[in-house]
Amino acid sequence: MWPDERIARFVNEHFLPARVHPRETPDTFKQYGERYNAQWTPIVLELDSEGVEHFRIEGFLPADDFLAQLMLGWARVAFDAGEWAEAERRYREIVDRLPNTEAAAEALYWAGVAPYKASGNPASLKATGEAFSKRYQNSPWAKKASVWR
Amino acid sequence: MPIKFRQDVDHVLKDAKRQQKAVLLDFNAAPM
Repeated sequence: MWPDERIARFVNEHFLPARVHPRETPDTFKQYGERYNAQWTPIVLELDSEGVEHFRIEGFLPADDFLAQLMLGWARVAFDAGEWAEAERRYREIVDRLPNTEAAAEALYWAGVAPYKASGNPASLKATGEAFSKRYQNSPWAKKASVWR
Repeated sequence: MPIKFRQDVDHVLKDAKRQQKAVLLDFNAAPM
């Protein structure tokens, strides 16, 4: 997954990347494994500039799914910072660019939540609930959004 | 374009704070 050009570009553009290895850097692996409760490999954490975890990916994924998960985490960092417009933009980019990944349904859900958080207007929730009646109908996110229709 | 993973996590976190950048921390057992 890491050799994928799209993933490398995305990571280099948005993150300072660091790696810990259970055998080659055992002390660092133990230190940060305990700090972030990471008990397995591979685990990828997305941290904000203060070192606070916002998203984690556990286990191997094919490139498209992995990139979509990385993008979900990147959107989550904006969401958790209350940057609603930026969060919505990041979530919608997942739906547009990687619509066939499992992450896309989750992104569609949160892309509806972000503008609601910004405005308090439930129209985006209703629109999202209706969007789920046309796509990703079998995803758990469609069930969660069904209450908005 | 390879990803420029660093192993000095302490320094990466300090740099992230100074640069206001997010950090991607990879726990990985694959050969480095």
